[in-house]
Amino acid sequence: MSETVNSKEIISMKNIQKIYKMGSSSFTALEEIDLSITKGEYVAIVGPSGAGKSTLMNIIGCLDTATDGEYILDGLNTKCSDNKLAEIRNKKIGFIFQNYNLLPKLNILENVELPLLYLGYPNGKIRERAKQSLEKVGLETHLKHKPSELSGGQMQRVAIARALVTDPQIILADEPTGALDSKTGKEVLKMLTDLNNEGNTIIMITHDREIAAYAKRIITVRDGKITSDILNENEVTA
Amino acid sequence: MKFTRLIKMALSSVWNNKMRSFLTMLGIIIGISSVIILVGIGTGTQKQITDQIEKLGTNLITVNITGNRTPTITDSELEELKTKPGIKQIAPALSQGNVNIKAGDKSGTTNLEASTPNYAEIRKLTVVSGRFINQKDVDDRFKILVIGPETAQTLFSTTNVVGNKMYINGIEFTIVGVLKSEGTSAAGSSDDRIILPLSTAERLLKNSNVRNFYIEAESKDKVDTAMSYLQLFLNKKYKISNTNSSTANTRNYYRVMNQTSILETANSTTQSMTAMLAGIAAISLLVGGIGIMNIMLVSVIERTREIGIRKAIGAKRRTILIQFLIEAASISGLGGIIGVLFGHLGAYLGQQWFKTTIVISNNIVLAAFIFSVVVGIVFGIYPANKASKLNPIEALRFE
Repeated sequence: MSETVNSKEIISMKNIQKIYKMGSSSFTALEEIDLSITKGEYVAIVGPSGAGKSTLMNIIGCLDTATDGEYILDGLNTKCSDNKLAEIRNKKIGFIFQNYNLLPKLNILENVELPLLYLGYPNGKIRERAKQSLEKVGLETHLKHKPSELSGGQMQRVAIARALVTDPQIILADEPTGALDSKTGKEVLKMLTDLNNEGNTIIMITHDREIAAYAKRIITVRDGKITSDILNENEVTA
Repeated sequence: MKFTRLIKMALSSVWNNKMRSFLTMLGIIIGISSVIILVGIGTGTQKQITDQIEKLGTNLITVNITGNRTPTITDSELEELKTKPGIKQIAPALSQGNVNIKAGDKSGTTNLEASTPNYAEIRKLTVVSGRFINQKDVDDRFKILVIGPETAQTLFSTTNVVGNKMYINGIEFTIVGVLKSEGTSAAGSSDDRIILPLSTAERLLKNSNVRNFYIEAESKDKVDTAMSYLQLFLNKKYKISNTNSSTANTRNYYRVMNQTSILETANSTTQSMTAMLAGIAAISLLVGGIGIMNIMLVSVIERTREIGIRKAIGAKRRTILIQFLIEAASISGLGGIIGVLFGHLGAYLGQQWFKTTIVISNNIVLAAFIFSVVVGIVFGIYPANKASKLNPIEALRFE
């Protein structure tokens, strides 16, 4: 990793713990997580299922809060109200899910517009901004299509457009190729690499080491702990 | 997020589930249209009665002797009363329903009224052919009568009956006049009647105990004066002390009413009827509201994933809450608008088919519409709150 002087720390986690309480018993999903990610990184978080990577992703994505520890996201402490968390998700994080999570009743333009609506973006500029974002993923000709009319790869590109539309600090991709065949999967991974080359910070969660190989830094999680954190020297260029 | 955008979003969600939205609306549509129609019927009836009473004249006072005392008011007492301030004229009257009448081979029953010549003026009766009763008829107990147009039709199949003979309780009478038609009212037809000279009727019905008196005041402003003189007179006659002259007490002896008090009585009756009808209709609105709550709850579960996605990409609790509230309110509001249209249609058809007067006031329409929106919001709060509280992680995992 090429450390530059003005490299900016976007994620700073100190001693993060997540404990689920079920009645009298409790389950520790994450313990003693210390993590620092700077702007422009491409990080893959890998690990077998049940290792705690989803929990970690939820906390990074501010969908959930840690039981203990400190998580600073782009200078903001994430120990705050539900409303504030929703605002952080809206402004700072772009989600890409395994199963796309598009709203089936809205066309793809409306799907991409949605985060801007919640952001309170000026009414006249919403459509324009959403179109730009869809252009970037090459779907500007499908604006009025419903998600169900698209292929899996296209749907994931819509999801990427939606993630990009608010210009977030982090793009958080949860098994982004999990539901795709290997060819379209590669296209999506190439798109992520391109985005990273343009300066976007990308965090990808996957159980597949082959896919993780596309990232520049690989963090392995096992039994709720980070067991390795290495720079990927054999980075696959799609 | 901007409010207009929220409304647009909610409306498109209502539109995307057309069938379900319509079925949900049905309860509200039925509720609102029945409120409008039923209240319209109530108001219409009230208007009809008011018109009828006002047509009789606002100078009219009626005195009703309720006790079993004979004689009620003697002729000399009547003469004395006529001189009291405010009183213009008095017509004593007898009446009896269901008297048997017959002419040729046709027979039937009708309402018999009997009075003096001034009865026509006091009760605002007009004769279209022939003449009304005159003083000579009363003095000499002539067996003549004035007939209502409907009664004439029943017996003779025509209203051109002046000079014809007919029988009342087996006694022959000559028709001297036909009354002008007044139309049917809620209180029955006033065209189905016969009017006899008072003295003739007293003998025919073997009843000289006149209990009803129609009094015309000199003017509308003098009605109160005339009424207080009448009350004074009657209190004195029945030896009711002034300290004892509450309405509840005097009711056992006599009743004095003018058109205003009759109008008030009729109005309070129809008002309570209208309120009752509106109450029944409001229950169906309540049921409609519960229907909305039901569907919205189902919708929250069905759309758990949607809510999860919206929250993940930045929708706040308040935004989700407002979205669901607006959806509920627009379903009920739209139902309200359709209900208003159906209410007008129903009222129009009702008037055509049942010949009743239905009056729809704008206030009721506005109130019904606002009420429907409020119903939607009130019954939407619980499901909307439930939706807004969903945990995004669990909601995203929901299949």
